Amino acid sequence: MADKIRVATTSLAGCFGCHMSLLDIDERMLQLVDLVEFDRSPITDIEHCTNCDIGLIEGGVCNSENVHVLREFRKNCKILVAVGACAINGGLPAIRNYMALEDCLKEAYIDGIGIENAQIPSDPELPLLLDQVHPIHEVVKVDYFLPGCPPSADVFWTFFTDLLEGRQPKLPYELVHYD
Amino acid sequence: MSKTIRIDGKEIPFEEGQTIMEAASAADVYIPHLCHHPDYTPHGSCKLCSVQVNGRNCTACTFPALEGQDIISQSQELQEDRQRITQMLFVEGNHFCPGCEKTGNCQLQAVGYYLNMLDNHFPHFYARREMDASHPDILIDHNRCIFCNLCVRASREKDGKNVFAISGRGINKRLVVNSSSGQLKDSDIDVNDSAVHICPTGAILIKRQGFRVPIGQRIYDHHQIDEVALEQESESHGR
Ligand code: SF4
Ligand code: SF4
Ligand code: FES
Repeated sequence: MADKIRVATTSLAGCFGCHMSLLDIDERMLQLVDLVEFDRSPITDIEHCTNCDIGLIEGGVCNSENVHVLREFRKNCKILVAVGACAINGGLPAIRNYMALEDCLKEAYIDGIGIENAQIPSDPELPLLLDQVHPIHEVVKVDYFLPGCPPSADVFWTFFTDLLEGRQPKLPYELVHYD
Repeated sequence: MSKTIRIDGKEIPFEEGQTIMEAASAADVYIPHLCHHPDYTPHGSCKLCSVQVNGRNCTACTFPALEGQDIISQSQELQEDRQRITQMLFVEGNHFCPGCEKTGNCQLQAVGYYLNMLDNHFPHFYARREMDASHPDILIDHNRCIFCNLCVRASREKDGKNVFAISGRGINKRLVVNSSSGQLKDSDIDVNDSAVHICPTGAILIKRQGFRVPIGQRIYDHHQIDEVALEQESESHGR
């Protein structure tokens, strides 16, 4: 058998729902791990991604660390995949784009209901927030998109099996959803 | 003998005065569209129905069917153009389907599905637009308006009211409400008006309806827009 396909995954400004959906491929995961080896991903807890065949990105870009991680994935992955609504169009986190960043921070950390010891976090270790949330294709070139919030397990499965069997990945009508 | 046009190689009969869209739909041939509705005067604004007529691009909803036309609709090139147009509609508005009540029942979304649109391609505008929740029964979310003019036409042509108009240009274009305050609550709109039910997107919504049908059990969760459109619209076209 040829070497296993190396896959890295990460969540930027997302909720990890797309990763959960990937896990929803259930017992097919056993077939998958015969073919695929995970590099950086929440499953392996590896910190930096190295040379990979596929990089799956969940979530949009909302802070400086997201930009950094995304560029690292682009540099190291042959095929970069935008997974889910947030990676594709910013998703629900991008609803903050209508508001000034300052107002968002005030609402979250100062004016919100039940807040004690109100202060806006300013630790230098925290990544700087961008003033808007962006889809990942505005930062790096993306090779493939899996729409959905989240994409269903079958979307991941179709994508992987098409790719592993040497076909251009193609989602049938029933699997294309934006919600 | 009836006159015919040819669409993608198929002979299609038409009657004098029909548009290409009307002739196609009566013959069960789907041409993607968003601003067209058989009950209203053609508007020709969304360009999604662009077809090639004897080598020239035209909008099928406004162009008359004429004897001998050779029309291409399903070519890869035209489907790609339509996909780009749909992507533009998505980036110009703020279409966050997972947070939209209309999801699953939305024609804009369904056209995206039909065209196998997987991404929005262009940088997002994230235009700042408002909501008008002033009316007790009806809500307008300007973020999702694609300026198809259907509510404008429905209000004028069917409800006899003139509640809506489109004002401004480019990214500043917006749907305006004909009332002293500009708010929906001060207009003479009624929840039973055709204008309230015609919106192809989630821009005009009826309150307290959003989740009556669960997500996953909605129209386009199980049916493609071409079958739905032909079933609902070809009857009016074949009149
Ligand atoms: S109007 Fe349609 S396309 Fe826009 S957010 Fe709602 S469901 Fe999605
Ligand atoms: S509100 Fe709806 S029906 Fe009216 S112009 Fe906008 S998209 Fe069309
Ligand atoms: S349907 Fe013809 S231009 Fe919109």
